Amino acid sequence: MARRILPGLPLTLGITLVYVAIIVVLPLGALIFKAASLGPEDYWRIVSSERAMASYRVTILCALAATLFNLVFGLALAWVIVRYRFPGRRFVDALVDLPFALPTAVAGIALTTLFASNGWFGAPLAAIGIKVAYTPLGIIIAMAFTSLPFIVRTVQPVLEELDPALEEAAQTLGASDMEIFLRVILPQLAPALLAGLSLSFARSLGEFGAIIFIAGNQPFETEITALLAFIRLEEYDYPASAAIASVMLFAAFTMLAVTNLLQARALRYTVKG
Amino acid sequence: MKIRLDTVVKTFDTFRAVHGVSLDIESGELVALLGPSGSGKTTILRMVAGLEFPDGGAIYFGDENATDIEVRHRGVGFVFQHYALFPHMTVGENIAFGMKVSKTKRSAAEISGRVEHLLRLVQLEGLQDRFPAQISGGQRQRVALARALAVDPKVLLLDEPFGALDANVRRDLRRWLRKIHDELGITTLFVTHDQAEALDLADRVVILDKGKIVQTGTPEEVCRAPASAFVMNFLGDANRLKVTVSGEKAQIQNVTFDAPDIADGPAELFFRPADVTWREDGHGIQATIARVIDRPDSRRVLALTVDGQPIEFDAAPEFPFRADAHGFVEIRRPRVYPA
Repeated sequence: MARRILPGLPLTLGITLVYVAIIVVLPLGALIFKAASLGPEDYWRIVSSERAMASYRVTILCALAATLFNLVFGLALAWVIVRYRFPGRRFVDALVDLPFALPTAVAGIALTTLFASNGWFGAPLAAIGIKVAYTPLGIIIAMAFTSLPFIVRTVQPVLEELDPALEEAAQTLGASDMEIFLRVILPQLAPALLAGLSLSFARSLGEFGAIIFIAGNQPFETEITALLAFIRLEEYDYPASAAIASVMLFAAFTMLAVTNLLQARALRYTVKG
Repeated sequence: MKIRLDTVVKTFDTFRAVHGVSLDIESGELVALLGPSGSGKTTILRMVAGLEFPDGGAIYFGDENATDIEVRHRGVGFVFQHYALFPHMTVGENIAFGMKVSKTKRSAAEISGRVEHLLRLVQLEGLQDRFPAQISGGQRQRVALARALAVDPKVLLLDEPFGALDANVRRDLRRWLRKIHDELGITTLFVTHDQAEALDLADRVVILDKGKIVQTGTPEEVCRAPASAFVMNFLGDANRLKVTVSGEKAQIQNVTFDAPDIADGPAELFFRPADVTWREDGHGIQATIARVIDRPDSRRVLALTVDGQPIEFDAAPEFPFRADAHGFVEIRRPRVYPA
C-alpha cells in the first residue's frame, strides 16, 4: 500500500465500518430478512393490498406537496437570511432549526391544536370552507414543518459563497433581475437545492410522530405508510410490518440514488480537465 | 464615446472614497486610473459603470447625463479583477450570455458566429466548450474580455485586469490588450496599482491619492515632471533627502540645487536611483557605502550620507564594492518639493 502522510486510517476506517455495520446495516438487514420470511406471493399480496397502496399514495403525494412548498418557502427564507440585514435576523436564523429540536409529537399536537376546527388557524379556515386537521392538507403541513430546515440549511452556505461580482457581471451584460436569478443564481444553487429537496422529501416520507396527531388516520384517506407498518406491528404481524417497511426503504434508497446522480450532473462544471 | 466626470463625490458610511473628481476621457482613448489601495480608483470605475451611484456630481457619456442610468442600460463592458465568469457555463455560453439576454434578438447562428469571431479575437479558438474551472487564469481573463466586448459596449472598463496573474502572463496580456484596443478603437478606462502597467499601456495616466486626482498626463509627462512628492514616490523608486531652501535654492551639506517656486524653510530633495554618479573626488554629497544588492543588469548600492540619511543608487555591474568606502554622490535631474 502507498505510504500515507496522515496517520490513523486503519483505526478510523475500522471504527467507521463497525459502526455502520451495527447501527445501519444490521437493523436494515434484519428488516429485509424478516420481510423475506414471507413467500413472494404473500409478500406481494401484503405490499400491493388496497390499503397499503392507498397509504403509499397519501404518503408520496403529501411528501411531494410538502417538499415543493419547502422548495419555494425554504429558498425564500435562506435568501432573506443571507442577503439582507434586518433586526431579528439572527433570531429567524435560529428559529429555522426549531423543527429539528422539537419532539415531533409535540409539533404534531401543537399543529393539531392550531388547525383543529376550533383552533386559532383552523377556525377562520373552516369559516371559508378549508378543513386542515384530519385531512391530507394537515399531513402536508406537518411534513412541511418538520422538513423545512433541510432546504434552508443546504442552500444557505452556497448562497453565502456566491460571488456578488457574478451578478454585477450579468447586470453589465444587460440581464434583468429575473434573468440573473434564473440563469446565474439558480443554476449555481441547483446542486444544493437538489440535496435539500431529497433530504426534505426523504424526511417527509418517514415522518411519523408529527403526522399521526393531525392526520386523523382514516384508512384509504389519511393513513400514511409508516402508520400502517406500525399498526401491523401492534397486531404482532411482524412479517407484514417488515414487508411494508421494506417498500419505504426501497423508495427512499432509490430516491436518494437518483438525486445523487442528478447532483453529479449539475456539478459537472466543477470538474477540472 | 467621450466620458466626462464632473466633480464626482462618493462616501461610504463615514469614509469619503472620492472627493470631487473631474476628468475628461476622449473618445477612443486608453486611460489608466493609477493609485495605491484606498485611493478611490475602483470606486470611480464602478461609478462610471453604474455599479455605484455618486453622492454628488455628474457623469456624462457624450452629451448625455448618464449619472442615474442603471448599469444594464448604460452600455459598458466591465472586466472584473477576478474575472467573474459564470462557473456553470462554458466559455462559449459565457461569451454568448450578453447577446442572449439582449433586447435585440439575434438568431442562434448569428450568436454562435459572433462567439467564434470573439474567440478568434482573444486567441482562444477551440476552447468554447470548456468550463472556466478548466482553463488558466490568463485564458479566463481573455474570456472575460470577450464576454464584455460581445455586447458592443460604448466604453470598456477594466478593474485591475491583470492583478491576479503572474508577471510574464501580465506583460504579454498588457501588450495584447493594447493591440486589441488599437484595433477596436473603443474608449477604455482601466484601474491599476501597478505603475509599470499604467505607463506601459495607457495613452494617459490619471494618478489618484486619497480620493483626489493628483496628476493627469501622458506617461512621458508624469514621468518627466511629477507634480508632487507623492507622484514622484509612487511612480518608482526615489531617494528623499532633507534639505533647506532659501531664495529658491535648496542646500544639503555644501551642495545647492535649483528650487524654483519653493518657499524658504525645510524641503525635500528627490532623485531616481539611476540619476546618481558615485565619485571618489570632491563633488556632490558626501556619503559612505553600506551594502550592495546585485541585479541581473546592475548593482543597487545602499549608501548613507554623513548625517545618516539613506541613498540608493544604481551602478554598473562592474562597480567595485568596498564596505565603508567614502565618496561623493552627484545627482542628475534633482527635484525639490515642499516638506
